[in-house]
Formats: sequence, C-alpha cells, structure tokens
Amino acid sequence: MISKDHSKLENSVKNIRKKILQMAYHGGSSSAHIGGALSLAEIVTVIFGSVANFEKDNKNFRDSFILSKGHACLAYYASLIEYGFIDESEMKKFESDESILMGHPIKNLEKFIDFSTGSLGIGLSIGVGLCIGMKKRKLNNNVYVIIGDGECNEGIIWEAAMCASHFKLDNLKVILDLNSYQQTGSTNNIMNTNDLSKKWESFNWDVQSVDGHSTKEIYENLIYKRNDKPKMLIAKTTKGKGISFIENDNQWHHSILTKQKYEEALKELA
Amino acid sequence: MEEIFNKKNIKTWSIIGSRATFGLFSLDLVKKEKDIIIVTADVSTSAGLDKFRKNFPNNFVDVGISEQNMIGVATGLTRMNYRVITTTFSPFQTLRCCEQIKVNMGYMKDKITMVGLASGLILGPLGFTHCSIEDIGVLRSIPNLSIISPADSLETAKSILASLNYKDSVYIRLTGGTPNPSIYENDYKFEIGKGIIINRGNKIAIIANGAMVYNCIKASEILKKNNINPTIINMHTVKPLDEHIIIKESKNFDFIFTVEEHNIIGGLGSAVSEAMTKNNIKAKLVRLGIYDNYPKAGSYNHLKKKLNLDAEGISKSILNKIKNVI
Repeated sequence: MISKDHSKLENSVKNIRKKILQMAYHGGSSSAHIGGALSLAEIVTVIFGSVANFEKDNKNFRDSFILSKGHACLAYYASLIEYGFIDESEMKKFESDESILMGHPIKNLEKFIDFSTGSLGIGLSIGVGLCIGMKKRKLNNNVYVIIGDGECNEGIIWEAAMCASHFKLDNLKVILDLNSYQQTGSTNNIMNTNDLSKKWESFNWDVQSVDGHSTKEIYENLIYKRNDKPKMLIAKTTKGKGISFIENDNQWHHSILTKQKYEEALKELA
Repeated sequence: MEEIFNKKNIKTWSIIGSRATFGLFSLDLVKKEKDIIIVTADVSTSAGLDKFRKNFPNNFVDVGISEQNMIGVATGLTRMNYRVITTTFSPFQTLRCCEQIKVNMGYMKDKITMVGLASGLILGPLGFTHCSIEDIGVLRSIPNLSIISPADSLETAKSILASLNYKDSVYIRLTGGTPNPSIYENDYKFEIGKGIIINRGNKIAIIANGAMVYNCIKASEILKKNNINPTIINMHTVKPLDEHIIIKESKNFDFIFTVEEHNIIGGLGSAVSEAMTKNNIKAKLVRLGIYDNYPKAGSYNHLKKKLNLDAEGISKSILNKIKNVI
C-alpha cells in the first residue's frame, strides 16, 4: 500500500495519462487502444498507488490484479511503470516485435502481469477462482478486477457474477469502467445493457456507483468492511478522459496518435 | 498410490465403468494429495463424485451449469497452488469452453486436468448434443495440452494420477459403458505419450484407443480365424503421439488401421497420418471411425454396429480392405 494522499494520487493520474500517450505515440504499431485506457487512469492509480498490496506474504501469496478488459493495457502498463514494477525503458517498445508490452497483456509473472487477457470476459472468472482459493487458504488478500461495460455483453461475465455471490466472495473487488462506448459505437446503440447497477444488485453484489474520475470516491469505496458480498464499483467515466479532442469521440477506441495530436494532447496535460 | 492398482480394485472398476471409477479413485487420491480440488459444473452424481462431495467439501467446488466459468475458476485455483481437476460431460468440458482452455491452459500454461465424461457415442440415446465425436480434433490444435483416451477403467485411474504429475494440462477422454471390459487384469506400466503393444503380429497393425481397444482385440479374434494376426497398439495418448512405436512396430507393414470413437477428421487417425507422413512410413493407412457426419441417434450398441465400430464391423472393414492385397 503506497499512499492515500490524494494530491500524490492526482499527480500519478497525470503521469499515467502522459505515459499512456507516450506509449501510444512511440509504439511500434500504428494504432493503439487509447480511449478506454485514458478512462481508467484514476481507477488504476487508486489500485496500484493505494489500496492493493502486492507485497508477497511468507507463503508467496499477495493481492491480485486482473485487467479483464485487456485492450486497455496502456493504463495497466503506465501504472506498472509509474509504481516501479516495470522499467521506464520498456515504454518505447510498446507493441514492437518481441516486446513484453504488447497490445494486450501477456502473462509475465516477473513484471507483475499475472494474466494474459484480451479475450473479453475471461478475466473476471479467473478472479472468482482466485478468491475461492484465497478463502480456502484463509488468506486476507483481495483480488481487483477491471471490466468494461462493453465487456458485459459476454455471457461468461454473468456466469462469474452468479458464482462470486454464491460463494460470498467479499474479497473480490470489481471496477466496471462505464464509459458508455464499445468498439463500434455507444453501448446504447450496439447492445443496450440498460441499468447495470440493477443487474449487478440482482446478482446479489454490493454495488456502488462512483465518479470514475474521483480518486477519493474510488478509494473510499474500495476500502470497505467485508460483508459477505463481492464488491462492484460502477465507475462512471468519460472515454478518452483528460484530452479534449479524444473525450467521447469513439474513433479513439483504437486509433493513431500523430505527432501533432500527441503534442496537442501533452499540452492539455501540462 | 501403486497399492491402489490391485486386482480387487481393477475388477470393481471394470464393473462400475470409467465414470464411477473416476469418482471412487478420487476418494483415494484426495487422502494422499491434500491440495487437490475437483471443480464440476453440476455433474457430481454423473461423475460418481457424490461421496467425494459429501466427505471432502473443502476439496470440491461446484460452479453450477457454467462450463466457461468452470475453467476460469479452475485457473484461479491453480494460481493459489491447488492441483485442479475439472469435470463435466465431454461436449461441455471441451467445446463449450474451448476458448478458456486455449487462453488459460494453452497460452498461459495454467495446469489443469480435465476429465471429459461419457465421450464418444455412449450417450447415443440422448442425441448428438451429448455424444462427443469432435473433442480430440478441436483440442489437438491447442499447444501445451495433452490428450489421453484411456482403454479401460484401470487406465482411467492411472491416467488421472499420471496427469496430475505431468508437466502440461491434460484432457482425459472417458469412453465406454458399464461394465467397461478390462484390457488389463493386472497393474502395468503406464506413461503419458507411450503407446502399449497388446499383440505383436505381422503385416497389419491396428492402432486404437478408448473403448475401441477392447473391440479391436475382439475383432482380432475374428481376423485370426482368417489367418490374419494383427499387431494391436493401445495408443492411449493422442497428444503427444508416440511416433516411435509406430515406426518400430509397423514401419514395414502393408496396412495400418486406426480405430476411434470419433470423427475420422482430427482425431487419432489424423494424428497417425501426420506421424506417418513425417516419418516416411509407406504402409497404407485406413482410418475407421465416424465419417464426418451426425448419424441418427440410438443406443451405444446400435451406433457401434451401424458405424462398423463393433468387433464384427471392425474385422469386416479390415478384411474388405486387405482382400486381394495380403
């Protein structure tokens, strides 16, 4: 656990957004998933910079993090770099041949990338298994999973949702990035998930809606007393948050950051 | 654990069939291996696991009818240093959660032992949603995953034990009914990836696995009346395939027949064909199995007879192929 000092966290949020843009610009591939990474900056900052404990205990167990919406990996890599799990020099190798940082997370235990994700829905279910195992081993660790609103189209999300409450997994903390867009349009137009809070509540989760860009709200709702229910933070976010010309413009779901746009974006973060 | 493979157990297991053997054997297994967890998708009774469920609740997780989630949960448990076995009926243990198998066991190399119940044609009366003639073909293309089709109940128990100690994830494909005729009356050496000679003959070889091994032995009795003495190989492991035994035992033969309770595309016959091409084996290969279709449903015996996969059908197919040649 590093800090609950919100001014420090806000500073890291800015650094993480900057790193997302740097990797997207310098990366070996022409386009990157930018919008859905920027929407996660506050969420990953609170997890990596504050609530999660990645120190191993004497049996080699620790908290776990799963980015189930694996395409937002830039936010994941940026926080691993911001908090010293991965060396900054890896940043320029994003999506270049043989890099450890590709367009979706690739399992690399040494670098704190525990799971290969990208095929949507798979991550949450693994988180459920981890939590069952932690309970069986009587460990106090938590599992943090980030899923997307588009990802909630996948059937396995709801299999896992049912399973987590059935087994009373209050060590499972899921943050749903409600940025209201998926690959080819708004969630309302592509596949209307309607009221996700009600859906998760009906699956018997402890649901809380928060401003996904408030480190304070995210922090306060991730630090909570266990109550036999898995925790769901519905984090209302803006896709592309922080950069005016990227915000809510879904062509930035997966797009090219030109030199000019990159420089414009950095200025906005200054 | 070797003392469990005694004559009494071998006889009992043969009577109760491979599924119930899995359940019964698990009771012995969990007493020796405390960190085992069996994950099921609402099939404990069908897998003979009711007693296990009752007596070892901490070693048992039922995720309900959600096979994709079953693989995810098993993966998480593996990361918590448990040795995990998943089980449900074969189609749902394999095709229903195929991508989770690919990503979790193949790509991430999380080690899980999967037991696919009632594969092949045994569930014929329930139709082809429940029969499983595609499982090997689909799974064979996933790296870091081995596939075993045990020939009898004893080999089922030995496969489970060997799989838990094997480097990769393993899919164990259970076939046959109740009773499940014994190929082996006594304990024997079983090793993943090493085929076993059941009979050493000449000119033709029959390579089979699963419940088809017994039918091939019976077929060879008919062939012997026609002065044909085939080599019979129990190729329990389809992947990694024992190429060496094919080279050693049948390189100069006229014919190799593969017999499988599976589509002839993608299964044992395909694997043998690939090995023969690679190793320049000149014998003519004939693949007996299901010819890429879904036949009308019916009982196990009816389907085996109709598809020429009973002893008479196998021997007839072989004799038809080799007449005028040998």
